[in-house]
Amino acid sequence: MSCTCEKKLETNFCNKEVDLSLMEPVFKKYEGQSASLISILQDTQGIYGYLPLEALKTIADRTGNKKAKIYGIATFYSQFRLNPIGKYIILQCQGTACHVNGSDKISEAICDELGIAPGGTSKDGMFTLENVACLGCCSLAPVMMINGEAYGNLTPNSAREVIRGIYKKEKGGASN
Amino acid sequence: MKLRIGLGSCGIAAGGKKVKEALLTCLEEKNMNIEITSTGCIGMCFYEPIVDVIDDKGEVFTYVNVTPKKAEEIVEQHIINGVPVEKYIQSTSKKPFKQLEKQVRVVLQNCGIINPEKIEDYLEKDGYKALKKCLNEMTPDQVIEEIKKSGLRGRGGAGFPTWFKWDAARKAKGTEKYVVCNADEGDPGAFMDRSVLEGDPHGLLEGMIIAGYAIGANYGFIYCRAEYPLAIERLEGAIVQAHEANFLGENILGSGFSFDIKIKKGAGAFVCGEETALIASLEGERGMPRLKPPFPAQSGYFGKPTNINNVETYANVPWIIRNGGAAFAAYGTEKSNGTKVFALAGKIRNGGLVEVPMGMPIREVIYEIGGGIKNDRDFKAVQMGGPSGGCIPKSLIDTPVDYESITRTGAIMGSGGMVVMDEATCMVDMARFFLNFTCDESCGKCIYCRIGTKRMLEILERITKGEGRMEDLDQLEQLCISIKDGSLCGLGQTAPNPVLTTLRYFKDEYIAHIMDKKCPAKQCKSLITYSILKDKCTGCTACARKCPTGAITGEKKQPHSIEQEKCIKCGNCAITCKFGAINVE
Repeated sequence: MSCTCEKKLETNFCNKEVDLSLMEPVFKKYEGQSASLISILQDTQGIYGYLPLEALKTIADRTGNKKAKIYGIATFYSQFRLNPIGKYIILQCQGTACHVNGSDKISEAICDELGIAPGGTSKDGMFTLENVACLGCCSLAPVMMINGEAYGNLTPNSAREVIRGIYKKEKGGASN
Repeated sequence: MKLRIGLGSCGIAAGGKKVKEALLTCLEEKNMNIEITSTGCIGMCFYEPIVDVIDDKGEVFTYVNVTPKKAEEIVEQHIINGVPVEKYIQSTSKKPFKQLEKQVRVVLQNCGIINPEKIEDYLEKDGYKALKKCLNEMTPDQVIEEIKKSGLRGRGGAGFPTWFKWDAARKAKGTEKYVVCNADEGDPGAFMDRSVLEGDPHGLLEGMIIAGYAIGANYGFIYCRAEYPLAIERLEGAIVQAHEANFLGENILGSGFSFDIKIKKGAGAFVCGEETALIASLEGERGMPRLKPPFPAQSGYFGKPTNINNVETYANVPWIIRNGGAAFAAYGTEKSNGTKVFALAGKIRNGGLVEVPMGMPIREVIYEIGGGIKNDRDFKAVQMGGPSGGCIPKSLIDTPVDYESITRTGAIMGSGGMVVMDEATCMVDMARFFLNFTCDESCGKCIYCRIGTKRMLEILERITKGEGRMEDLDQLEQLCISIKDGSLCGLGQTAPNPVLTTLRYFKDEYIAHIMDKKCPAKQCKSLITYSILKDKCTGCTACARKCPTGAITGEKKQPHSIEQEKCIKCGNCAITCKFGAINVE
């Protein structure tokens, strides 16, 4: 018997069908290890790119925890995503140094280029824009990181160029 | 001859990998067999990508802001013909960087010098000698005594004496104890820990192993931000190497002492920098702080005695053991010993990492090492201590950097972020920015922090929109006091600091926003207007084409004008105009 708040909360998660068997190696890796819930969630997100509702339920089941607890952790930490993401994730730095060097202008340019709001994914499923607190490359502010690669000293135009460059590369790759 | 390239996160972001590729291709074309090693961040991020050419006599020539094209020139002229390309060289062994003259490098001694992926490099720089000394010649009590002599204080923010924490954990009952390294460097604007993790991971490991020996722990955790993927990769490599050399593992170097270290990735929560929240997160829970006492030294990870220090604190330890506590205490001021690493960022010319003896005036750090303000603008304030800190105004620029003096200004030392601001930075907007951050990051446990920061943010947003009232200022101050009193952990207790310091030093800016509906720094969108200077506008129509709302109209080759009702103040016109015809007021 689950209470109504839990059901209500579940509407925030993505209820798409996923292949749960992909999670078996994760459960095996952390078997018998206490204190590994966050690591399990991180690895799960590594598989699907986000945390599908079915996966969260499975984690609760397999680790012997209440669903509410798993949802609590998944929503507490900003790293965890509850919805599918694009092929490329743009982490846009909102740190102090980036802020004073005009990160909001960069943000506007990216949103405009992709037609999305922060946190959103472009219609073609290519880019997700996420705001992050600080990427630690403050002397190159403003900075963004796309799939692990950092781009520094951005201007609104150079940020657009980076995105266009990736689109170009993708198209080139498709025709090859 | 040897080549060395800086490939910390900053070096890579500046294009270091492309430069390395260019060097490799060029060397291959010329059939030259020359080793290229990579190193971490030397702290001069504004010079990245940096390439060192080390000749056979060991002399180092440092090339800065290297591009793939410059790299080819370096290979052709310097490596093949043996003639250094003077115009790109910024420092040599005989004439080192000017910026380094005033610095004393203890924590950063190896950063940007050694290859962090090779334990041999670290060993060459006396690496793990301190650990050997501890295991062979010192009792745990003697180790703690040496740290006490050094006067080392926690470099993460609060500045608590390190020896005291170690001693408490050592004396705590129980045989199962833990050493934890806080590498959850969450302060926006601080990146010293990232550089140490990326540039000298063995330095941290050695410090932690020594701490383990001193307090009697056999396990250590490094709680590292997931936003630092390169740091995690280098740490993982270093741990494997340390195991192979038996600096980690069972019966270390035959001493009977065993110690192992694991990395735990954080999941993005600023509050996890607070030690009890960090422990909760290590245990796999939501990172929420709890009441102290009991302190982690008595009851930490799963209730066991636990010592928590941050990266920079542990990284000081090997140097102290090798050179003696007294040598460390010789640097700095009476109460703040040793050196401190600062991350210079914001509107500063030479952004990067600097390590200076405590007590150096802020002016010296910013002007003599940091090169002053970008574009020769005027210094307005420096923000220290991140969202928990405050803004130090121009009138206090001669404040020495030590724990007590900084605290007196209303800011805090924090982890050492220094974000420099010029006259184009709006201090009310700055306060709003930090409140937005703490409001977002509040874990929600304490009502004052959860709701109080939200109310403060609303007031600040109102003021920056030009809808503020004079009584807002009193209300802000009252909320500051209540939040400080009513919050359990450091996050809430210090969250009002940015507001308190800006109210204290820049009240006139608040008043200008409220009474005159003006933003003196011309940053707050709602309070500025864009107009076109008729005498400067050539009617090129560039701005009109860029305007997203079609607010700019005019005939070709005739001065244009902006319809204020349509203007959304995006600033595109000001960026586009090549004639300086856009006036912002």
